[in-house]
Amino acid sequence: MTGQSLRRHIMSRAMTALVVLFSFLAVLALILILGNLIIKGASSIDWAFFTRSPVAAGQTGGGVANAIVGSVLIVSLAALIGVPIGVGAGMYLAEYGSGRLGFLVRFIADVLNGTPSIVIGIVGWTFIVKPTGRFSALAGSVALAMLMIPMIARTTEEMVRLVPNSLREAALALGYARWRTSLKIVARTALGGIVTGCLVGIARIAGETAPLLFTALGNLNFTTNLSQPMQTLSLQIYVYATGPYDEWHRLAWASALVLMGLVLIISLVARWVTRQRYGSVR
Amino acid sequence: MAASANARLRLETVKLTALFGQHRAVRDVSLLFPANTVTAIIGPSGCGKSTMLRCLNRMHELTPGASVDGQVLLDDVNIYARDVNPVELRRRIGMVFQRPTPFPTMSIYENVAAGLKVNGRKPRPEVDDAVSQALQQAALWDEVKDRLHTSALDLSGGQQQRLCIARAVAPAPEILLLDEPTASLDPAGTQRIEELCHALKRLYTIVIVTHNMQQAARVSDYTAFMYLGSLIEVGKTNELFTKPKVEQTEAYITGRFG
Repeated sequence: MTGQSLRRHIMSRAMTALVVLFSFLAVLALILILGNLIIKGASSIDWAFFTRSPVAAGQTGGGVANAIVGSVLIVSLAALIGVPIGVGAGMYLAEYGSGRLGFLVRFIADVLNGTPSIVIGIVGWTFIVKPTGRFSALAGSVALAMLMIPMIARTTEEMVRLVPNSLREAALALGYARWRTSLKIVARTALGGIVTGCLVGIARIAGETAPLLFTALGNLNFTTNLSQPMQTLSLQIYVYATGPYDEWHRLAWASALVLMGLVLIISLVARWVTRQRYGSVR
Repeated sequence: MAASANARLRLETVKLTALFGQHRAVRDVSLLFPANTVTAIIGPSGCGKSTMLRCLNRMHELTPGASVDGQVLLDDVNIYARDVNPVELRRRIGMVFQRPTPFPTMSIYENVAAGLKVNGRKPRPEVDDAVSQALQQAALWDEVKDRLHTSALDLSGGQQQRLCIARAVAPAPEILLLDEPTASLDPAGTQRIEELCHALKRLYTIVIVTHNMQQAARVSDYTAFMYLGSLIEVGKTNELFTKPKVEQTEAYITGRFG
């Protein structure tokens, strides 16, 4: 082997090793998080954990049923508000947003995407909690929706842009109106990607705490009343983890494991949805 | 096949000019497309033949910055008149593109039915009839009749192109525009499409754009030769190819340029 080819060979090996190392480090975070949660949290998960609400401070037993139901309610309502607006805005940006208004909306969405979530929480407090005079699940949902709308809008736009223009032309040549082309041909073709984008957005907000601190507030009692303060898993973890009791710390770990599991399930569903569709983008 | 109901249909361009911004891609073209014939538009790449075709069903104006001057008369009505709705106009004119464009989320059946539903819902048996008739006209029925509800993407390229023809003819248009319909097909697929042109001209007035002169000679009754956006010569296909009147036409068809 000549000197030069030997050098190339060593260099190639070294670079490959480096890339493998980085990939491992990237995955390591997830392994550490999951491992830690399972070790510290799994032992506290039993039937009561899912079915009972918290007991008074200092006592043992009780569960986080209030937080699980609260998370599902608040996130569902946020998705109900955020998904139609986000998908609609994304469709507009991709199909009609070539002009000045499109540029403006795209710019605002990008700024909103980078806005710290605690700021979104303050906005929710200012515009809903303060005028209505109370913390509520609804205010929390609105704050989370504000967080997910720009995310969904931008992913939807990207997915819709992947639809080849030849399909739009084919539909228009058949006598489809512009709106019908967007809805029946373009949106349907991009549906897999759009659904994935929405699920990823939902998974993102499911774990948010900061926007809820000033809006949904938290509630140690079980409630399904959307106009009342409501607990979520993330808020429960925040309260329990910063509290003084060992029992609380135990429940915080378990709650974190459940929350992580929920997010994982949503991500897996997102994967599954895209794999199911034969004729869509992505 | 039944005699056409549109035997007296007239499609004609009068001093048609198509622009992209300031660039005149088609210049002052006046051309008559006789009913129930196949007219081929030939010419070298970039001569404006595809743009010309896209002016006939108002697809040209969908490109940002594109505009049209002059007239296109369909039964003596200028399709660029203010009161003509381009969306409704396109339902009277079918179009097939260079590459097959089946709608990927739809089955074979839904693809063919796609153009039928734009005029409102129709009873199921009526749609079924139209779909099978269109597939028969496109010579695809025998190959797909047992799998109408499977994905259109499972078809071969040639089959997909015939599916697109079926989709274009299903709403019973008066005119069929073919934009290099065999450009992405193998010889066998090409031959089937050319046979279709012969069969379909009994029902429709066909305009086909092609860069392939043999194809023009095989399928068309009339041939128009375009160069640099202008119409150089038009005539009966056998006359244009055997004794062209213009020097440039002769140079092109004998392969001396283009």
